[in-house]
Amino acid sequence: MGARMKARVEVTLKAGVLDPQGEAIRHALGSLGFDGVEDVRVGKVIELELEMQDRNKARAELERMCEKLLANTVIEDYRVEFL
Amino acid sequence: MRAGVLVFPGSNCDRDLAVALERATGARPALIWHKETSLPEGLDLVAIPGGFSFGDHLRCGAIAARSPVMRAVVDFAAAGGHVLGICNGFQILIEAGLLPGALMRNAGLKFVCRRVPLRVETTESAFTRRYHQGERVEFPVAHHDGNYVAGPELRAALEGEGRIAFRYLDNPNGSAGDIAGVLSRNRRILGLMPHPERAVDPAIGGTDGARLFSGLVEALGSETLERA
Repeated sequence: MGARMKARVEVTLKAGVLDPQGEAIRHALGSLGFDGVEDVRVGKVIELELEMQDRNKARAELERMCEKLLANTVIEDYRVEFL
Repeated sequence: MRAGVLVFPGSNCDRDLAVALERATGARPALIWHKETSLPEGLDLVAIPGGFSFGDHLRCGAIAARSPVMRAVVDFAAAGGHVLGICNGFQILIEAGLLPGALMRNAGLKFVCRRVPLRVETTESAFTRRYHQGERVEFPVAHHDGNYVAGPELRAALEGEGRIAFRYLDNPNGSAGDIAGVLSRNRRILGLMPHPERAVDPAIGGTDGARLFSGLVEALGSETLERA
């Protein structure tokens, strides 16, 4: 029986990449009266359930998934964590 | 020239692209389903149409770029084959690593659907040989994610190597350097957001796109003869 583990991948825009969606949200927050919001960046959260035992192996596998599909590393960074 | 048009779930410009190619070549192009693992024999051009492949899930073109047929297209391109990607097809080519940069949400956040003026930046490719350097043409655009992202280094490389094929004269989406279409290093892969296949009939607004297809026939038709 393989153990099941849960992982969360966060994909965010790299620093310096302009985020038009974040900008729109910042404006909307301003119009709702939330002052002092200097910057908003929008990212994605992807949760995965894995049938794996070894956390190090799982992390390496998740990083390969990020490089190959989950993130576009030209404009995005990713972060892997276990839940 | 033998052409094939890829079809993904959610492609919606595949028929228009096939009609534009048929008018230029006189033969109906092969329509190739995304699950195919190989391309038909003797193909000279793979054309990737616009649309919303796989519902634009994850990122536009991301899922399509990992489909079985795209592995065959990567091999085809590596062997020197010509590949044309329009709109979602451009997004797929970038996601597949066949063209550099990235395409993000339009700077204005709106879906932009109108005819836009473009400048032809190079005539040195099978796609642009029948245009004139600096010529103004009009193609329709229809996209939400056409904002071309390229850092200073990539932009300098594209400029230096003359790989910017088309530029917007009135940037509709925030693209870096007004870039509307780029060529691969070997100049045999073109990706562009505007739709030349929607500008091949005077009844529906102009024929500026027709020379892209007739140029391909001129270039690849003769190449096929040389090979034979």
